[in-house]
Amino acid sequence: MNLFKLSWKNILYKPWSTLLSIVLFALGVGLISLLFLLEKQLQDNFEKNLAGVDLVIGAKGSPLQLILSSMYHIDAPTGNISLKEARPFLNPQHPLIEKALPLSMGDNYRGYRIVGTLPEILSWYEAKVGTGKVWSRNFEVTLGYGVAKDLDLAIGDKFKSSHGLIEDDQLEHDDVHHDFEVVGILNPTGSVLDQLILTSTQTFWMVHDHGDEGTSEEEAHDDHEHHDHDHDHTHDDPMIPRPLLEEDENQEITSLLLRFSGRNFQALNMQRNINENTDLQAATPAIEINRLFNLMDTGEQALRILAFVIILVSGLSVFISLLGSLRERRYELALMRVMGGSPKTLFVLIILEGLLLAAIGFVVGITLSHVGMQVLGSSLESSYRYDFTGLMFLPKEWFLLAGALAIGLVAALIPAWQASRTDISDTLTEG
Amino acid sequence: MLLASGLKFAYDGGEQMSFPDIRCDKGEHWLLLGSSGSGKTTLLHLLAGLRTPAAGEVRIGETELGSMPASQLDVFRGRNIGIVFQQPHFVRSLNVSENLLLTQYLSGVKPNQERISQMLYRLGIQHKEQAQTSELSQGEQQRLALARALINDPAVILADEPTSALDDGNTDAVINLLEEQAERSDATLLVVTHDTRLKSRFEKHIILEAL
Repeated sequence: MNLFKLSWKNILYKPWSTLLSIVLFALGVGLISLLFLLEKQLQDNFEKNLAGVDLVIGAKGSPLQLILSSMYHIDAPTGNISLKEARPFLNPQHPLIEKALPLSMGDNYRGYRIVGTLPEILSWYEAKVGTGKVWSRNFEVTLGYGVAKDLDLAIGDKFKSSHGLIEDDQLEHDDVHHDFEVVGILNPTGSVLDQLILTSTQTFWMVHDHGDEGTSEEEAHDDHEHHDHDHDHTHDDPMIPRPLLEEDENQEITSLLLRFSGRNFQALNMQRNINENTDLQAATPAIEINRLFNLMDTGEQALRILAFVIILVSGLSVFISLLGSLRERRYELALMRVMGGSPKTLFVLIILEGLLLAAIGFVVGITLSHVGMQVLGSSLESSYRYDFTGLMFLPKEWFLLAGALAIGLVAALIPAWQASRTDISDTLTEG
Repeated sequence: MLLASGLKFAYDGGEQMSFPDIRCDKGEHWLLLGSSGSGKTTLLHLLAGLRTPAAGEVRIGETELGSMPASQLDVFRGRNIGIVFQQPHFVRSLNVSENLLLTQYLSGVKPNQERISQMLYRLGIQHKEQAQTSELSQGEQQRLALARALINDPAVILADEPTSALDDGNTDAVINLLEEQAERSDATLLVVTHDTRLKSRFEKHIILEAL
């Protein structure tokens, strides 16, 4: 028998008030820990996907939307831009731009976005091909690791895409003769690439031109023009994508990711020039993501305050239940003094009860938040294109433990002090 | 062994009470008889060091209770004075055996489960070892209170109305046990009571006059 064991037995003796204190503690701690986990993993996610992109160019609209759709693939694109407009940025001779990466979006396969781009995207995200190869012909696709795993696709598998960014069987391009063919699967990168289906820019044009062919004379005519255009060049095989600068400038892409060759004044001015003098929109990922975090922070702040209020209330419930139990236990506390316990013994006993409630509440709360994160993670994965895990433990959570214990301690101080001042003789005489 | 001289005590705003001197030698059994309101319980608390007298002193063996700092007095009491209270109370969250373990722990005595079992056996409640104290009958509770007072082999046993709730048969059993245990450990026994049934059981009496 010792004081720790006694305090344990004491809190078990009043299971309902103990349960209340623990549930309140667990709610507060769990909420805060969940916020920590979400914030940390979202930030990691956003940072991992910056991929050294200095500027994103796309159609006019919300700059945040442009960044979210082009870099994180979690929002609808702002619209398309013509190759004519994009051409200056694709010029390898551009003095400010080290490299520009075109993106075409708007189709999906079973909820996973298909992105038309250049194979260079792999090096931007430091991705390596795990099995198979990078696409080299139109309609060949290379899958992100998560896509292949989730949809159980392997090299050589074929599928048809659907129009739009979310899964919808009605919108399947069943009029397209060509199926997509899986030619490669990437190793896991921890970036958004894991959740994407990559193919050539031209594939997008072919899917959509083909769909229009039967319906409109005018469009069909357009299509023929392409062919004429094609024949001007030496590329005989229409299935091998050509450099974009050689393509018809009426064709469209969704956006461009830019890397500057150096951070100088001109580069910084470029964004303003684009926004003021063209029909295009340019947005800086770092700035937009900061803005997003600030927006989220307001909501987070409210939740954090709520969590702290819950923790304070749990402290109050510990305080009240300890104080209430003192009244019922007056006689046994006096007995403990008679048996040789000092006022300090009683003080420590009550403090231990407060700490024990806080510690159990902490453990339950942390368990809830991590299990919750794991469960929530699977549903967040599809909307955020990122693996969330509940198996991550943050150093901050130690501070949370310290905070919970501190509140348990403070809540127990006054009851403990009262217990230590129990007048043995008076109490025993009252019987 | 147990000495009290010139003890006086006053409650806040109450009249001062004076108590007769007491001298109980080692191994003696005494009965302190007094009617209700004669200050029996107050005297018992003074003798046990639960209250500080306004004047006079209490000695147990060579130790004067008033000379010790409070924390030392607590441990001294736990080890050397066994007290049986009028109303048996226990730590409700602990079972019978655990209550006795707690008594050993608080007085700094090494926990000894075997001694606890023996003690419960002697008192005829060994089958209740794992029972909750609230499940015990009143007689059993009284026995457990006795077991608690005796568990540390105290030098002095003070009993405050140990028999007032018992019938004649049980009264005899409890007094027998008190005396037997006191003898076994050569302890001084002082039974404080208004129960005149006990008068014939003890040779040595102290009569406390009503105030």
